[in-house]
Amino acid sequence: MSSVTLEHVHKRFGQAKGVEDVHIHIESGEFFTFLGPSGCGKTTTLRMIAGFYFPTEGQIRFGSREVTSVPPHKRNTGMVFQNYALFPHMTVFENIAFGLQVRKLSRTETQERVEKMMKLVRLEGYGERRIDQLSGGQQQRVALARALVIEPQILLLDEPLSNLDAKLREETRFEIKRLQLELGITTIYVTHDQAEAMSMSDRIMVMQSGEVQQIGTPHDIYHRPVNRFVASFIGETNLWEGTVAGIEGDEVQVRVSSGQILTGLKKNASPQVRLAAGEKVTLSIRPESVMESTTGEEANTVTGAVVLAEFTGACVNYVTSVGDEQLRSMSINLGRPVKQRGDTIKLHIPKESIYFAG
Amino acid sequence: MKAELQQAPAATRRKSIMASPSFVYVLVSPLFLILLAYVIYPLFETFVASIKVDEVITWKNYARFFSLEHTANLEALWTSIYISVLSVISCGIVGVTMAFLLERYEFPGRKILSVLALVPMALPPLIGVLSFTFLYGESGIFPRAIKELLGLSQVPFPLKGFWGVVVVHTFTMYTYFFMTATAAIKGLDPSLEEAAASLGASRLTVWRRVILPMLTPAMVASSLLVFMVSMASYTAPLIFGIDRTMTMQIYLSRTNGDLDMAATQSTILSIVSVLFLLIMRWYQGVRNYQNLSKGVSVHRTEIKSKAVRYIAMVLSFIGTIILMLPILVLVLISFSVDGTWTVQILPPQYTLDHYLDLFTDSKTWRPIVNSLQLSAIACVGIVLFGVAAAYSMVRLKFRGKTLLDVLIMLPWALPGTVVAVNLIAAFSQPTVFSFGQVLIGTFWIIPLAYFVRHLPLVFRSTSATLMQMDPSVEEAARNLGASWWYSFRRVVFPMALGGILAGTLLAFVQCIGEFVASILIFTPRTTPLSVAVFQRMYSFEFGTACAYGVLQIIVIIVVLFISRKLGGDKAGTAI
Repeated sequence: MSSVTLEHVHKRFGQAKGVEDVHIHIESGEFFTFLGPSGCGKTTTLRMIAGFYFPTEGQIRFGSREVTSVPPHKRNTGMVFQNYALFPHMTVFENIAFGLQVRKLSRTETQERVEKMMKLVRLEGYGERRIDQLSGGQQQRVALARALVIEPQILLLDEPLSNLDAKLREETRFEIKRLQLELGITTIYVTHDQAEAMSMSDRIMVMQSGEVQQIGTPHDIYHRPVNRFVASFIGETNLWEGTVAGIEGDEVQVRVSSGQILTGLKKNASPQVRLAAGEKVTLSIRPESVMESTTGEEANTVTGAVVLAEFTGACVNYVTSVGDEQLRSMSINLGRPVKQRGDTIKLHIPKESIYFAG
Repeated sequence: MKAELQQAPAATRRKSIMASPSFVYVLVSPLFLILLAYVIYPLFETFVASIKVDEVITWKNYARFFSLEHTANLEALWTSIYISVLSVISCGIVGVTMAFLLERYEFPGRKILSVLALVPMALPPLIGVLSFTFLYGESGIFPRAIKELLGLSQVPFPLKGFWGVVVVHTFTMYTYFFMTATAAIKGLDPSLEEAAASLGASRLTVWRRVILPMLTPAMVASSLLVFMVSMASYTAPLIFGIDRTMTMQIYLSRTNGDLDMAATQSTILSIVSVLFLLIMRWYQGVRNYQNLSKGVSVHRTEIKSKAVRYIAMVLSFIGTIILMLPILVLVLISFSVDGTWTVQILPPQYTLDHYLDLFTDSKTWRPIVNSLQLSAIACVGIVLFGVAAAYSMVRLKFRGKTLLDVLIMLPWALPGTVVAVNLIAAFSQPTVFSFGQVLIGTFWIIPLAYFVRHLPLVFRSTSATLMQMDPSVEEAARNLGASWWYSFRRVVFPMALGGILAGTLLAFVQCIGEFVASILIFTPRTTPLSVAVFQRMYSFEFGTACAYGVLQIIVIIVVLFISRKLGGDKAGTAI
């Protein structure tokens, strides 16, 4: 196991920007995720760690070893590719054994380690199968076994779940997490799916158009996004424009488009936000924190008309128009009657769940 | 226990050289060098020969070529173009019609016909022309049979001269149209027609606005191809005695010792061919309808009317006969006793001797050994070059890619006659590229000619396979610790093997059947099979000539069959 350090890494492709100034330290044994929409530079960063691209500027280190321009086959990383990249002309066993054969391990040790690994990924008895005789999920596990059997210092996963259907995706997600915890291996995971990132990672790096937006734990990133992009990319949120009306102690009063004054907490603000009377601010309100008001008496209660009502079984979702803005809300189905489109609804926004995004 | 990868300190310097962005040019420069030495330099030498008369640079050969007083050359150019245009039209009509009938309609005999439609591909150029003269020529089986039956004094409609060339071209080249049209029609999503129909388009409008425009790119590409191939055609004019074509003029100028004229004619023909190659490349870049829909299912219209079914049956029977006859007649004549077939409809006496002689008589066995040897040597070169070039083109990034691509396709566009003339111009004196040796008159000139003529084959089949191969498979191998060479050996090569073998086998049969360049550069000790066939024909040893031909056809059919199995339909595109 080894830590990974990227020091001010830049990558340009000709004139085009690839990745700008990535500066991170990934701890040994950490599950670290690069998250962002397609084209954000997450795969480019991963490929620099694997050695398929070399940085234009900056340094990459595995532990204390400098690997910036070391070719891929000398890095001892295990990588799982988006489309698995299994060798179609080899059997399952041969695929998994490939990395060990490269390392000139004895036949018996190869046999032993491959079998152990097949057991670990639950593929016992599949050794002689051809790749095209496997299902998508099984192929995925061969790819994982092939990457892990060489006991890499770092495991690199490039959108490994994107080719699986929804149910299998969830299963494999648990499987990957279980293996990572059992083996304690430093893992770098690339995905555009925020749910995957949130559920598996120790820390997440959110990227957009080649630039790092935020690095933090899933909790941090969800609750304290540094800017609008992160707030809206991670989970669902309501972004409301407002003007600071006044500040009293810990509390901030904001006038929103409906003319109403909402109260939030001063500490719930992104570092980029200046809280002073008259400043324009963006409020981020997570739908699950908005509650249907029972009394209508609480502070921060807004009234509006239901535009869309969704009943999903576990939850009831509303879109309500409040002034010029819309408010999405989501609550656990407690068996109360569901409102219909056009009904008037009173919604309560707890003051601690208003976040001032940049 | 842990499989650590050792990093030798000595490797650092090598690594830094290999990581440098210009290292790729070290890798691709041998490819450029080979093309320079054996394609560009000979082409250039021919050009020099055409403008240098008695050590003085002059354009008088070109003036002579275009002179209006002695119009032989201009006539030849005109005839070549005229034949080519007619060939394009007739091949187009035959090929597209057949493709449509076989792809879109279900009728008795469809299956057998769609297999046999590709038979002309199995005929080496010389053999195809010969079988046509045996069948339909002035002393051919059919005209004689009709004459006997109707008691005419002269044979009716013998196939000869100008129209003979066009008919043979149609028979041997319609497959280019047939194959591209078949592929295009297969790719036509029936739901497009249904969509057009549901939007209110009549059957005619659907054809005019949807089907034909979508087939146009394929048709234009095949037209250019057929035009090029028939400009380069040499055997048909040779056998039917049409002297006024470009290729024949080159041959005649050479045999008459008018070497600078031959060089001039070659240069002009090269320019025409290269122009067509460039137009083809440009056109393929401009118009390429990728079919957007996946999983197209072809639905064939079943012919219901009884009368039409009957006609279809008769026509497909006739089609089958026409397609099979050239091979059948060769087989028949290969059993005939040499010198006995004079004025009869069919050869009167039969024997097995020719086949026995092929393998027992050292005189008849010699050309077979020669051809196998020459072709095998050429193929080694073709494979090495083709695989390296394909890998470079598909996987490496470097400037001059388009140039490399054009240079590789260039020899394929050049007529065989021109290739031979170029090699003669370049290697009849010692050069750096021939290691200070004169190659003309030696064993090595023929494998070199084969190499130059067929080097695009392996390149194309291999790059098609590599392009389908996901680059991340190679990256996966590298990630698992395999060096470049190890991953090439264990992963890239085995995966591309099908394509490589398919291309190699095709190149091999093309070499075995090669006639056009061989006839200009062979020596008595290196007579290849096709030249031997030609010589036997001229000494009226029809039986032996045809036995050779049948042998060639068997080899070709076997090889085509194997390569189809290996490379799927990709092999077909390599031709």
